[in-house]
Amino acid sequence: MQSRRSFIKALTLSASIAAIGLPMGASAADTIKVGILHSLSGTMAISETALKNVALMTIEEINAKGGVMGKMLEPVVVDPASNWPLFAEKARQLISQDKVAVTFGCWTSVSRKSVNPVFKELNGLLFYPVQYEGEELEKNVFYTGAAPNQQAIPAVEYLMSAEGGSAKRFVLLGTDYVYPRTTNKILRAFLHSKGVKDEDIMEEYTPFGHSDYQTIIANIKKFASAGKKTAVVSTINGDSNVPFYKELGNAGLKATDVPVVAFSVGEEELRGVDTKPLLGHLAAWNYFMTIKNPVNAAFIKKYQDWAKKNNVPNADTVVTNDPMEATYVGIHMWAQAVEKAKSTDTDKVIAAMGGQTFKAPSGFTLTMDKTNHHLHKPVYIGEVKADGQFNVVWKTKEPIRAQPWSPFIAGNESKQGL
Amino acid sequence: MRSLISGALLSLCFLFGSAHAALDPAVLQGFASDDFGERLAVIGKLGQIGDDDARRVLEALENDSLAIGGGKVLIYDGEKAIDAASGVALDAVPDDIETLTVNNRMRTAIEAAKAGMALFSADTAVRLAAATRLRDSVNPVTLPLLEKALSGERDGAVRKVLALAVARGNLGSDDVAKRLAAATTLADSGDPAVLALLEPRLDGTSEPDATVRAAVSDAIKSIERRLAIADAIGTVFTGLSLGSILLLAALGLAITYGVMGVINMAHGELLMVGAYATYVIQGLFQKYLPGMVDGYLLAAIPVSFIVAALVGVLMERTVIRFLYGRPLESLLATWGLSLVLIQAARTIFGPQNVQVDNPSWMSGGIALLGDTVLPWNRIVIIGFAAFVLVLIWLLMQKTRLGMFVRAVTQNRSMAGCVGVPTARVDTMAFALGAGVAGLGGCALSQIANVGPAMGQGYIVDAFMVVVVGGVGQLAGAVWAAMGLGLIAKFLEGWTGAVVAKIAVLVFIIIFIQKRPQGLFALKGRFVES
Repeated sequence: MQSRRSFIKALTLSASIAAIGLPMGASAADTIKVGILHSLSGTMAISETALKNVALMTIEEINAKGGVMGKMLEPVVVDPASNWPLFAEKARQLISQDKVAVTFGCWTSVSRKSVNPVFKELNGLLFYPVQYEGEELEKNVFYTGAAPNQQAIPAVEYLMSAEGGSAKRFVLLGTDYVYPRTTNKILRAFLHSKGVKDEDIMEEYTPFGHSDYQTIIANIKKFASAGKKTAVVSTINGDSNVPFYKELGNAGLKATDVPVVAFSVGEEELRGVDTKPLLGHLAAWNYFMTIKNPVNAAFIKKYQDWAKKNNVPNADTVVTNDPMEATYVGIHMWAQAVEKAKSTDTDKVIAAMGGQTFKAPSGFTLTMDKTNHHLHKPVYIGEVKADGQFNVVWKTKEPIRAQPWSPFIAGNESKQGL
Repeated sequence: MRSLISGALLSLCFLFGSAHAALDPAVLQGFASDDFGERLAVIGKLGQIGDDDARRVLEALENDSLAIGGGKVLIYDGEKAIDAASGVALDAVPDDIETLTVNNRMRTAIEAAKAGMALFSADTAVRLAAATRLRDSVNPVTLPLLEKALSGERDGAVRKVLALAVARGNLGSDDVAKRLAAATTLADSGDPAVLALLEPRLDGTSEPDATVRAAVSDAIKSIERRLAIADAIGTVFTGLSLGSILLLAALGLAITYGVMGVINMAHGELLMVGAYATYVIQGLFQKYLPGMVDGYLLAAIPVSFIVAALVGVLMERTVIRFLYGRPLESLLATWGLSLVLIQAARTIFGPQNVQVDNPSWMSGGIALLGDTVLPWNRIVIIGFAAFVLVLIWLLMQKTRLGMFVRAVTQNRSMAGCVGVPTARVDTMAFALGAGVAGLGGCALSQIANVGPAMGQGYIVDAFMVVVVGGVGQLAGAVWAAMGLGLIAKFLEGWTGAVVAKIAVLVFIIIFIQKRPQGLFALKGRFVES
């Protein structure tokens, strides 16, 4: 008796789910669906939640101006929960079930690698907004974040310059996955080309979510005491950065002694940290919230207003950062490309993307490269201020073209374009 | 005394007004240059001038309030601008005003310049800080300054630092006697940077004098010995610190699983409940008692215990009590409870991590020899773990409740026969275990991230400790936690964090195969087969 009742219950439940599913499919005709694939829970939620917010804000902004080709954009938000295989599952769901025209998403390279085959197989379109290690060029992906030559290499060059402190020894510290490992491989080859020997490079990795940085910081101190100026290049990702910087502060390692330059730490990540002991540590990005220009002022205001209106937690202290800007630029460029192609068809949009320009909050008019699916981006290096914002201490004069295939990795000479 | 003098100086400045041109504007003009080296040179010059006006300019530069506007160097606080050279306020802020950007290199120069001025301060602490700052970057410019300070210095601690600094500078001196004295003095140092200075002086070309070479070699040996000790203390400390965290994560489980036999998969979430309770208390203090914010942690300790214990009682009364003696079912049920608790936290506090700050008395650390720093938050947590341990031991050994719990564990039906209310004892014991987990969560919030899924990261560690220690033994949990912490940290220093984590798990697999009952096994009739 008991089991039959529960069987009937299950039956009605599944029937009602099916019933909910139907009208959703029917309404899709007069809107364009846009997928948002960012972790809203788990270790990456610290970074990715804000990207979901800015994507929703941008979609609202486009809709308020009449949408794309006269149709409203309809966001479909899913949560892959910092779980890499789940990214692939959710991506498949977005393309095959929800029939999205484009997806904006992913932060870690491992999540992007996990969804790449899905977008290829189903001929979907992904906009990836975060700096990454390069060594990849997918027809179905547009990369609106930085390639290594637009972030990592200029940052290390800065550390080696007189202005940056003439560092001679380097600690390459990262989370153990594809982005830090590849970036450090490129950086090691780059440092070799500048005459830095292997004994002056220390490479260390920690698992995702690592929270005990005592030993590593003690090792860094030991490494730094060998007499030459030492700098740390951090590719630590996600919420491990909070315990890392806390430990750094407690251990009394100041930026004037051993500067740490981070590639995945921005305004958003520093919200969870007391930044007073971190004064002067660095980050390299293509955008900082402190950059002063009218486009950026409008962008920040728009996001702050949106956060207040939508009751984002701690809405009065929200910040903007580089991947958020890259998401914002990416969505606008995609909308422009759809207008130009007069279709949301993946191949037609890809053809229309090359050469698109957009006046970005970073203070430059950014161009999508005609062949390599990457943006031309300016590079900024900022030092952490006491209020958790960055003071720009170095910048490029104009946007730099991306080199997704780093010349510092052997065998890349022949690889260019798609 | 010092404020009196500076006050007098200040009033002097006011008396003479603008007639007293404090700084030569030409000196400051270098700040307006695009050349980075020139800006650095100005900082050096200001350090040599060393009067209050120079200090004021340096401090303004450090605080991002030095600006260039209308071709002049200004001190600009966002509202009004003051000419940096003369100290006269401008009538209107120039339109083209732009704040000077300070980077690390300049900050280093500013600190050195300010330290040079502070060497002759009347305040001993200021002098000590200045001497320490200059010790690490002695150069031909600062050396005479340091020698002068050393000759006039009375305070022992400051003298010691100054002597080390002067010795560093004198290592390259042309005078053999000075070099010998320097090498002998440096033997007292505990700084690895000194090693890097001394080592190149061991061969005949850079150090022609044999007696100096011998002194250098002795100094190296004594520094190395001191560093080795500091290093060993540092490693043991990090091991104990990790051990204390493992212990705090596992103690609650040692009661619920070890003593009561409930495989509680929701144990990690009880830690999470304790951590969130700490977060809430912090928020309440920030809102209602902003003056006592540093004390929030003391209030959070009992609150996190009580909240987690209440959640524990709820779990026990509604789910677990029906499942005693059915480990598989309780495993599944508690796993379900853990999902419920995670989702509840996500709904109430949002999916993102929340920020729990260290109170200011837990920031920073004690500088041991050389580079070894023992951070306060870790010291406090080691002490806290010991405190919780003593508390539980007293509860279990010295109270009626503890006696009942032990009786029920040893022989449930016999205890029931002699009148022990076993059901109530179960609830109380489970609440105690949950409450202790809450205390663990309160401690973890000080060093790790607080988020809905934080418990998942500790559940494996907690079971590891309890199983290795021997089920049913509090002492076993202590030894296992400290042992695993030390092993993990020794391995990490050697192999890196990723391999160390794997190696510890492999070690446990082998250990459990060889000794399934754990480090300490319960012996006797009451062990149920």
